Amino acid sequence: MEREDKRWWQVLNGPQELGRGRVFWCLFTFAALGLLAYPFVGSVFALSNFANFCLYVPMGLGLALLWGYSGVLSFGQSAFFAIAGYVYGIISGNLLDMPGGTLLAAAGAIAASAAIAAAFGYFVFYGQVSGWIIPLLLLVLSLILETFMAQTAGYQWRVGSVLLGGYNGMTNIPSLQIGSSIFGGASIGFYYLVVSAMLITYLGLRLLVNSHYGHVVTGIRDDVERTRMLGYNVNLMQIQVFVVAAALAGLSGVLYVSWGNYINPSSMGLLPATLPVIWTAVGGRSSLLAVLLSTVTLRWLADSLAVKGGEYAFLIMGILLLVTMLFFPAGIVVTLARHWLQRKPERRDLKKNRAP
Amino acid sequence: MPTPSESDGVVVLHAENLTKSFGGIRAVDHLNLTLARSELRCLIGPNGAGKSTLFGLLSGLHRPDTGRILFKGEDITNLQPFQRVRKGLCQKFQTTRIYRSLTVAQNLLIAGGTHTSNRKKNEKLSWALSTLGLDSEHEVSAGKLSHSHQQWLEICLALATEPDLLLLDEPTAGMTPEETALTAQFVVNLNRQALTVLVVEHDMAFVRYIAQSVTVLHYGRIFTEGSLDEIESNQEVRRIYLGES
Repeated sequence: MEREDKRWWQVLNGPQELGRGRVFWCLFTFAALGLLAYPFVGSVFALSNFANFCLYVPMGLGLALLWGYSGVLSFGQSAFFAIAGYVYGIISGNLLDMPGGTLLAAAGAIAASAAIAAAFGYFVFYGQVSGWIIPLLLLVLSLILETFMAQTAGYQWRVGSVLLGGYNGMTNIPSLQIGSSIFGGASIGFYYLVVSAMLITYLGLRLLVNSHYGHVVTGIRDDVERTRMLGYNVNLMQIQVFVVAAALAGLSGVLYVSWGNYINPSSMGLLPATLPVIWTAVGGRSSLLAVLLSTVTLRWLADSLAVKGGEYAFLIMGILLLVTMLFFPAGIVVTLARHWLQRKPERRDLKKNRAP
Repeated sequence: MPTPSESDGVVVLHAENLTKSFGGIRAVDHLNLTLARSELRCLIGPNGAGKSTLFGLLSGLHRPDTGRILFKGEDITNLQPFQRVRKGLCQKFQTTRIYRSLTVAQNLLIAGGTHTSNRKKNEKLSWALSTLGLDSEHEVSAGKLSHSHQQWLEICLALATEPDLLLLDEPTAGMTPEETALTAQFVVNLNRQALTVLVVEHDMAFVRYIAQSVTVLHYGRIFTEGSLDEIESNQEVRRIYLGES
C-alpha cells in the first residue's frame, strides 16, 4: 500500500487516539475556550491551584507515550522531573541579572533531563535489558538521586551562588520571566502558560502518535522482532521515545519550580515516582486524552483529600490503582469511552428502526 | 570455489561455510548456499535439520560462529536485521507475526517504512493485496482476520519493504488444502515478478506445486540439491525425510 500524504489535521484526527470526529473536536474547542475563560471567573487562589494540577500533565502524557504507545513502563519520570527542577534552579539562580536567564535555565533544565535519559536509554535499550527490569532500574535511579540530593546540605554543596539545600531542598528559585512578565505561581500569566503547555503537549503528541513514526512506535510495543524485521532501528526509536517522555517530565519540573519556587529531594521519592504511573493506569495508558483527564482529576482529588485527611490521600490513590488493575485493566476513562462508542451505533440503529 | 560476484548479475545470495551452535548442538554445520536472482527455492528437511536456524542466520536474528553471507555481492554477515531489510532481504516468520491490535491498513502503514521508495507505487504489494483479497479488509483489525489471511498479511508486510529476496518460513502452516494451493499459486506468481524466494515448507503438496529447485537439509548440512523429481527419486532422501524405508 502506498503511504498516503495526509494533511496535518487528518493525522491529528487519526485512529491512535480515542476522541475523533466533528463532535469530539467541538467539545474539545469548548473545553479549551472554557479553560481560557476561567481566569475571568476564578479567584487567584483557584487559578493557582488549578495550574498546579495541570502542570503535571506533560509528565503524565509523556508516560502515556512511553508506556501506553511504546510499551515501556517507567517508575522514573519523577527523576527527570526533579533533575529539570534542580537544573533550572541552579542555572536561573546564577543568571539572576541576565535578561532571558530563566528561559535559558528552562531550556537547559529540559535538555539535562533529555540528556540523562538518552545516556540511560542507550545502555538499557542497546543492552537489550528485558522489559520488566526497566521500570525497576528507573525507580532505583530516582531513589538514588533522592538519597544523593538529601545529603547535599551545607555551604560546601553549592553550584555558583546556588545552594543545593540537602533535605530541605532548594529555595527561592526564580519564576520564569519573559520580558517584564513574571510567571509566578499565583499569576494569571502562569495559568495561561500551564494551560498552553498542557494543550500543546496533548495536540503535539496526538500528531506524533498518529503519524507514521507513531504507528511504528506502536508496532514496537506489539512486536519488537517483527518491527525490527521490517527495517526499523528499534533500539534507536525506543531511546527517542524515552527521551521525549523525559523531556516532558522535565517540562513539568520546570513549571513546578516556577510555580512554587522550591524543590526538594522528596520529589524523587517512592511516592512521587509511583504517582505518574497511577494517573496513567487509572485514565488508560492507551489514550492521551484519558491520561490528561485522569492526571488533572487525580491531582485535584489528592489535593482535596490531603486537606482533609493527610496521608489517607495516598491510601486512596493506592486503592484506586488496585481497583483499576482488577476491574478496568485498560483504564477507567478508556473503558467507559469504548463502552459508549460501542453503544453509539446501536442507538443509531434503534433510531433508524423506529423511523416510519 | 570462486566467490560469486554481483557483476555476473546472477547470484543474489551466497552463504559460505556457515556454522551455528547452540550449547553443544551444531544446528548449522559448514553450510554453503547460493541463490540465483529470480530463483524460487524450497528448503526441506526433517525436524531439527537446521532450517529455521539457517533463516535466522540469513535474516540476522542469529550471528554465525563461522562463515559469511554475501547479499547482492555485499558482505552482510555483521549487519543488524533491520539493516539487512533495508538492503532488500525480508522474512516471514514461522509463527505469524503481525500487529494484531491494529487494522490491516495500520499494519501496512508501518511496513511501508521511510526506507522504502514510497513515492513510487509498490506494484507487487498492490497486486498481492488484491490477489489475496486483503484490499477489502483494510479497516479490519488484523487479529480478527482468518488464519490464512493473517499469514497472507504477513507476506504482504514483507512485500511492503520492497525486498529482492523473500524468506518464507512455513507460509502454509495450518491452512486448508485449498488455501495451501492458493498460496502456492500466489508464491509462484510473485516469483515470476522477478522476486527471489526461499521457502521452508513441510507440506510436500506445496513443494510439488512451487519448486523449481529443492535443497534438502539434514543435521545442519546440505544433504542434496536438485529438481523435485531428482529429490523425490533419491532413496536416501526418501529414507531420512519422506519416511520410507
